[in-house]
Amino acid sequence: MRNFPLPWPAAVRASAGGVAGHPGRGLVMLLSLLTLWLLGGAVQAQTPTPETAADATAIQLLEALDVSSYAEKGEAIEAIVRSDDERARDWLSALLDGRLQRTDEGRFVVVLDNIGRHWPVADALSGEPLGEMSRRELDRIGINNALRNQLRSAIAVVDLYSADLALRRASAERLLGEVDADLAGPLSELIEQESDARVRERLALALAIHRLEQGELAAIDHLDGSLHPRARVALSRAAAGADDELASAARSALNDIEQKLKLNRAAETLYFGLSLGSVLVLAAIGLAITFGVMGVINMAHGELIMLGAYTTWAMQQLLPGQPGLALILAVPAGFLVAALAGIAIERGVIQFLKGRPLETLLATFGVSLILQQLVRTVISPLNRTVVTPEWMSGSLVVNDALSLTLNRMVVLGFALVVFAGLMLIMRRTRLGLEVRAVTQNRAMARSMGIRATRVDILTFALGSGVAGLAGVALSQLTNVGPNLGQNYIIDSFMVVVFGGVGNLWGTLVAGLSLGVINQVLEPWAGAVLAKIIVLVFIILFIQKRPRGLFPQKGRAAEG
Amino acid sequence: MEVRVTTSRRKALSRPVSQPSRWLATALVSAATLGASAQALAEEPIKVGILHSLSGTMAISESTLKDTVEMLIEQQNEQGGLLGRRLEAVVVDPASNWPLFAERARELLAQEEVDVIFGNWTSVSRKAVLPVVEELNGLLFYPVQYEGEESSENVFYTGAAPNQQAIPAVNYLHDQVGVERWVLAGTDYVYPRTTNRILEAYLQEEFGVAEEDILVNYTPFGHSDWQNIVAEIRRFGSEGKKTAVVSTINGDANVPFYRELANQGIDAADIPVVAFSVGEQELSGIDTGPLVGHLAAWNYFMSVDSDANYDFIDAWIDYTGDEESVTNDPMEAHYIGFNMWAEAVRKAGTTEVDAVKDAIIGVAVPNLSGGYAAMMPNHHITKPVLIGEIQDNGQFDVVWQTPSTVAGDAWSDYLPGSRDLISDWRAPMRCGNFNVANGSCGGSTAAEEAEAALAE
Repeated sequence: MRNFPLPWPAAVRASAGGVAGHPGRGLVMLLSLLTLWLLGGAVQAQTPTPETAADATAIQLLEALDVSSYAEKGEAIEAIVRSDDERARDWLSALLDGRLQRTDEGRFVVVLDNIGRHWPVADALSGEPLGEMSRRELDRIGINNALRNQLRSAIAVVDLYSADLALRRASAERLLGEVDADLAGPLSELIEQESDARVRERLALALAIHRLEQGELAAIDHLDGSLHPRARVALSRAAAGADDELASAARSALNDIEQKLKLNRAAETLYFGLSLGSVLVLAAIGLAITFGVMGVINMAHGELIMLGAYTTWAMQQLLPGQPGLALILAVPAGFLVAALAGIAIERGVIQFLKGRPLETLLATFGVSLILQQLVRTVISPLNRTVVTPEWMSGSLVVNDALSLTLNRMVVLGFALVVFAGLMLIMRRTRLGLEVRAVTQNRAMARSMGIRATRVDILTFALGSGVAGLAGVALSQLTNVGPNLGQNYIIDSFMVVVFGGVGNLWGTLVAGLSLGVINQVLEPWAGAVLAKIIVLVFIILFIQKRPRGLFPQKGRAAEG
Repeated sequence: MEVRVTTSRRKALSRPVSQPSRWLATALVSAATLGASAQALAEEPIKVGILHSLSGTMAISESTLKDTVEMLIEQQNEQGGLLGRRLEAVVVDPASNWPLFAERARELLAQEEVDVIFGNWTSVSRKAVLPVVEELNGLLFYPVQYEGEESSENVFYTGAAPNQQAIPAVNYLHDQVGVERWVLAGTDYVYPRTTNRILEAYLQEEFGVAEEDILVNYTPFGHSDWQNIVAEIRRFGSEGKKTAVVSTINGDANVPFYRELANQGIDAADIPVVAFSVGEQELSGIDTGPLVGHLAAWNYFMSVDSDANYDFIDAWIDYTGDEESVTNDPMEAHYIGFNMWAEAVRKAGTTEVDAVKDAIIGVAVPNLSGGYAAMMPNHHITKPVLIGEIQDNGQFDVVWQTPSTVAGDAWSDYLPGSRDLISDWRAPMRCGNFNVANGSCGGSTAAEEAEAALAE
């Protein structure tokens, strides 16, 4: 089975673990400190004297990498690929990650962790940890994008023989469009032995692309209907080629593909629109309660969103190494923080300005400036890093032309859950009933025994808390900085007014449809113009229907 | 009674410093400074104005520059000041408000009477300040890469001109990476628009790139929804020709842009993005794991391997007290600008503006990448151009650099209007926009340009 012409066998077996995939920073640090303590200064003074013949060749192989010309480095990589050394894959992947470095004494080391000014390192030949070294003592062996491509392809070829299915899948994916005559023979054998259907399918596609490049007419049948860009590129090259029969077959295959692509693009645009819309809905839904239901113009709404985002950051600082858990905990925490801030704003400012919208607007605008500067002074004017957890990065691949980004999908789902939750509270709970009663007729509600002031506080806290939730979600999409809120305040008011003040459904429909309209316009109008067109559209719409998409009806609307 | 008054008056006149309390304060300061004599420092301090936004949108980038200048002043004072006088920072906050920049500059020059100003980030703020600095004959050191097409008698441009950043980066992509299709993506304001105009003309003239192989795209400041644009870039790049994105996207918008790139699976090895406005500071807001291999073109990177750089980083970390604080290109520009100014003051023997302006041309000081930067007659400096790839630790690894330093060109050779213009502030020419075709000097247009920039 393992009769691949490239001399890989030893390296293949060693590919399971190794230095590159470091098991845990803490353990490595501990080990390296221990070694440093045991060996004392001896480590630093040691020169790279080879102990065995294998090490001598290995040092020679690595020496060849330490040149300034990238072309020579490429040859050196080729030499390592052809060597029988079982550490080859580790070296290559360390080189790929920029962790293969040289000390001032000329010793080759693998950097285990490159954060800060002092880095723990391990010997590249023996793998034994050597303690921490300063950046000044280390010279990295640099690579560029061309070498990165070469390394990835080389590692992909090794990984095809790996026992790990995920590695095999990744490497089959990688080899699309990269197959040459040397690889074609062994690949067709591999397909027969491969147990996983997806790897087989990818390898067959990779082979078909190669065969088409060789001018084989039969390969077109295999590529027909494939949405992968590499297949399309191969087909369009064939369509422009000199061989007439091949060209016309390729053209008809391309036509089929174009039809499918159009559908996929439409689906993609719809998804983009919904996801932008969900962001708008999230940002606006809190305002739909404070402004829409209570009628308070709260210009500090954006800053409540910002507080939610900073809470996410703070949670991640409190729970280092567990971004996912921190994000989940940030949902209730962000709600609480923003709700408390909302109560403070309501008690401190808004309650004294009841029925004076202009003063409320100015006062809350002042609050928003205070909150912004507070964050700048207390935390930092710089943006904070919020880590995206593993399960939210990357995208869900539907087919080769359509993949949906996961972070936006989670935000979309989150927005719908928040909306459903709010609907439940407003329709099914006593609080919701009281809120509706107070906003419809305050005097009547009070005479029925409802404590209007308490309801005011709770409603404002609810709206503010939801803004905090929006902040938690937005921390995954955009910058977490003092200006975060400013960027969303206009959009929020726009959505609420467009949807119809006081109507939660209106906010949902308005947010989602504005998102879709924006994303449909963007490809042909450009981002700047698309935004302007949407604004003009809303202005015209409000002229025609001043109460928005879903105006409130009945006596409550007139009161 | 009479007698006592005269004695005290005579005493006051005979002393170099009139108030005993001030004398005491100076003594304390001089005791604190190393190797400086009390007598020399007793003179009036040299005032250094700092005009960087400490609040508003630009605070994210500019506040570190204020700290940088303050650190440089502190270091200079530890070495005994300049001309035997102490340096004193005068900090004002223009709050990211462009017209306010002009007012604050006027305040610095007219009321505080500072000897030099270090400041500005955005081009529009610089345009706003220009007429004030020219009218009151001040000195301004501008530390950020910009679009060129300007040369003022009173401004020293220590950041890169387009020929020191954009053009070499495009050359690198074409010659070394083999790029054939180009996406020029930028934020919608003067710097990206001018730079992209220059680049478009350059690509078509020098490399014969066809029009359909260039995609130009502008987005508003702080743009956060990049789905469509990134998808368009992905499609544009999957046509079989090697594609690269030249990004003049500025400020905050970069974080969501790079996130979207990573999420849509655009790998640097397939479609590299080379950025002109993304440095270590901007990257400190993102997880760079998925961005490894994307490029940036600057004249300095924190990862540059030179002792001067390591000393600067150590000093900076000590000064900020934050182990994770990073250094970046505009900080190096201030480092160079500050040292050039100090050297020129030493050479001229005075801080008087006209003398310093003449003395500074030709001054060469060490930069942080192991070479020297010299002030050219057009008030731009010589810089090496470095292309760096993003690493997983938020740093850049230099993959290519120009063999020698490149002198900044104020007027681009690739724009029709500026092709014939040169700038030389030495006597006898003393002109920022001399037209070699008709042999006349255009004179200062600062006032009109400021008006046009602020009207936008």
